[in-house]
Amino acid sequence: MIGSFRQKFRNWAFRRTVETGTVVLNQRRIYILPTRQGFAFAFVLVLMLLGDINYNLSLGYVLTFLLATTGGISMLHAFRNMAQLEIHAGQIEPVFAGEQARFVFHFNNPSSLERHQIHLHDDDGHHVVFDLPAQTSTPVQFDIPAPQRGWLDSGRLTLHTEFPLGLFHAWSYIHFDVRCLVYPRPAAPQPLPAAAMQDGNGKLPTRGDEDFAGLRNYVAGDAMPRIAWKALAREQGLQVKQFSAFQGQELWLDWSQLPDIAQERKLELLTRWVLDADVQGLMYGLRLPGGDVLPQHNAAHRAECLRRLALFGGEE
Amino acid sequence: MKLNAALTFGLIACILLVSAPHAEHLPLWISTVCVALLAWRAYLTWGGYPLPARWLLLSVTVACVLAIAVTFRTLFGREVGVALLILLSTLKLLELKAVRDATVLIYLSCFIIITNFFYSQSIPTAMFMLLTLLVIMATWVHMQTGTLALRPRLRIAIVLLLQAIPLSLIIFVLFPRVQGPLWGMPQDAYATSGLSDTMAPGSVSKLSLSDAVAFRVAFNDTVPLREQMYWRGPVLWDYDGMTWTRGNNATLRQPTLSDTSLPVDYTVTLEPHNKRWLFAMDMPAKISISAEMAPDFQLLSRRPVTARTRYDASSLLSYRASLEEPPQQLQRALTLPQGYNPQARRLAAEWRVQSDSPEALIRTALAYFNQQEFEYTLEPPPLGINGVDEFLFETKKGFCEHYAGSFVVLMRAAGIPARVVTGYQGGEFNELGGYFIIRQADAHAWAEVWLRERGWVRVDPTAAISPERIQNGLSSALPDNAALPFMARNPSEWLRSMRLNWDALSNQWNQWVLGYNTERQFAFLTRMGMEEITWQKMALNMLAGIALLVGVFTLVMLRRLAARRTDAVQAAWLKVCRKLEKAGLPRAPHEGPMDYAARIAAAHPDLAEDIYDIAARYASLRYGGEAEQDGLPAFKDAVRAFKL
Repeated sequence: MIGSFRQKFRNWAFRRTVETGTVVLNQRRIYILPTRQGFAFAFVLVLMLLGDINYNLSLGYVLTFLLATTGGISMLHAFRNMAQLEIHAGQIEPVFAGEQARFVFHFNNPSSLERHQIHLHDDDGHHVVFDLPAQTSTPVQFDIPAPQRGWLDSGRLTLHTEFPLGLFHAWSYIHFDVRCLVYPRPAAPQPLPAAAMQDGNGKLPTRGDEDFAGLRNYVAGDAMPRIAWKALAREQGLQVKQFSAFQGQELWLDWSQLPDIAQERKLELLTRWVLDADVQGLMYGLRLPGGDVLPQHNAAHRAECLRRLALFGGEE
Repeated sequence: MKLNAALTFGLIACILLVSAPHAEHLPLWISTVCVALLAWRAYLTWGGYPLPARWLLLSVTVACVLAIAVTFRTLFGREVGVALLILLSTLKLLELKAVRDATVLIYLSCFIIITNFFYSQSIPTAMFMLLTLLVIMATWVHMQTGTLALRPRLRIAIVLLLQAIPLSLIIFVLFPRVQGPLWGMPQDAYATSGLSDTMAPGSVSKLSLSDAVAFRVAFNDTVPLREQMYWRGPVLWDYDGMTWTRGNNATLRQPTLSDTSLPVDYTVTLEPHNKRWLFAMDMPAKISISAEMAPDFQLLSRRPVTARTRYDASSLLSYRASLEEPPQQLQRALTLPQGYNPQARRLAAEWRVQSDSPEALIRTALAYFNQQEFEYTLEPPPLGINGVDEFLFETKKGFCEHYAGSFVVLMRAAGIPARVVTGYQGGEFNELGGYFIIRQADAHAWAEVWLRERGWVRVDPTAAISPERIQNGLSSALPDNAALPFMARNPSEWLRSMRLNWDALSNQWNQWVLGYNTERQFAFLTRMGMEEITWQKMALNMLAGIALLVGVFTLVMLRRLAARRTDAVQAAWLKVCRKLEKAGLPRAPHEGPMDYAARIAAAHPDLAEDIYDIAARYASLRYGGEAEQDGLPAFKDAVRAFKL
């Protein structure tokens, strides 16, 4: 209840729209408040001042005022540590669900002043700390777990610093129009379906053992005879041999041909097959309820197939 | 953030620096334990060893607290508090793991600095404070930045401090001062040496070895002669054959001065001495702070002087003092202990018979001291039970307390009321500061006798033996090989003037920084042209001053932020781009110079040659590694010549 109220208040107080392009941190975007340590320091100063008054310690007054003004002026330094930074979002590579989405932000520090200990974090506690050398643009990678397929929005991120004394917390919000495409999580390895023959009898063929198609990493459950012992001897790690009966033929990965399992499982299975078919160098096509992707074999095709799977059932 | 070795060493340095000045007055074992604990921590950090176990630290802590309780016989009070604070922060360092806890240590360090001001607030202490603050700030910044190198850390700390200094100066001047104390005053302000209210042989000469400042005096206009500068302290009446004490005055009647002339006005800045008496020249008439005047012209403050005190006083150099002294008091001034010093009594009785007036008798006595080859020395031989007899007839060597004491004994034995006055005599003039320094070494004792027509008259028997002591000070009165404080000797002129300049500086510091109280603040602000001073007005002025200064800092700091390195190559290239943009051919953000040139050339074949040339020069300067001084002028010319 209180949490949601706070959230509402924050959204109201720090209202920001999603931004594109380059954001410059100006004074209207930077907020400053004392930290808990700042309040503790103020308390210590009050104690000191009482001592100075009571014992009439003139030098004590000097020390107290020096500490107080140092603390106060550190607010200005905290502000300056963030001011005039130019930020724009970088290219984001798609990831598979369950992996970390790697958002990249480019922080340009155009001034001749090094910036120290800038923290970037989101509301869920993911966090990265970095320094920004003078007159340099620094890419900062910010990892957010991508639990499910589709578009992953970075959400509103908070940029903060407590430099130089930790007495003041200067922060700013950035919310860029960037999203990471998250492919479905690939299912556990499954043999590829038999090629949908030209005659299209629709019968799922038995495992194709005919032709050696390549190696892939071992996954628990793979049959022992399939392990590539020679590769292991060459110290290439535990790999399994893959065989295919459909070399040179077109393979259709067809949604409608799948057994009756949950939609997400189907997508995961298709994702696995797209990856395997790509590794094996097959000409493969994807047949989904929304439309077909004609058989091909190249990186762009793979990306397109995965994208279709990622966004299946949702908006573009 | 992890607590790394460099940060730990910084924290050790902080604790070491803030505790070091306390080593002077803390028991030796506490300093030793602290140094050992810090060294232990440094060793653990240096070798990367784990911190000591909790139970071990706990037992060390308990042992230390117990030892402190045993040493001081209490766990309360300022001295104990300081000892505990230092020991506990040292122990805290030994269990420190997280950076968050380091903040506590930083705050503690700041607090320990302030405790040092109970003991010293001199200029060197202030300098040391600044140094300590710098180290603390650098460590503090380190805590926040983790990996930053020492030099930039120090730079940040220095910038912070340099900005804070003018700001705190404003606050220092304008912060409304509250006259303390808010709660109990410290009883033991400073451990001092100084005059006491008893006098026995050796008590004054002991002080002559100290060149500590007793007080400083600035005369308003007339500066009296050195021979007239008798700074009156405790007046001693009662004698037990060995020691002179103040006793109890038999009357509460205020002393009176008549036929006065030659007034002198001056300001005294008295160093704290933990006793009630205030010093003023013979005879004091007025004083600006609340004090009572005892029946024997002694000024007593209401409370012991535990802080440096400044007061204006005025004295009269010519006077008749207490002509109407009550008989009980005169009786006190004639009392001698029975059975002591028979020889002196006989001598006094003889003089009484021979002399026809008290004045004549006094002259006889002084002549006796002058002609009997008495010696003025800091190291008189020890005296027995009949001290005055031994001194007058056998040893004949003494310091001012011997002369003053035996003179008063002689006078009393001869029937003239007399008393001993202790205080200081003379002073050293500081030309730079325009004031006199009166040191402990100037401590002196003299006598006062009461004559029917003249009241109390000062008689200084020391002047009869050693007039140089009164006219020129101690060093001229003593042989060259006598043990004397450094300052009292006449070292080289250069050293001497150095010392005096330093004292003048310290005096200014004392007056304006340490003595900056409500009164001084008002005086200063009035002089600065502020009218009708109220604390609201001061606070407003203070805030305005701070705002102004912070505004200036902000401007300067943010200006630096905006200042980009001017890149001539880039600037010239952008000029070309702007020209083309105006012509409707803006450069796309992703376009490199050569691509852009190709596009322009395709659109405007007439420009092709120029734009290719410019782009090639730009690329060569920017990416080709061509030195700027070689290619830049030609590039600039080409840009200038480029026209659409």
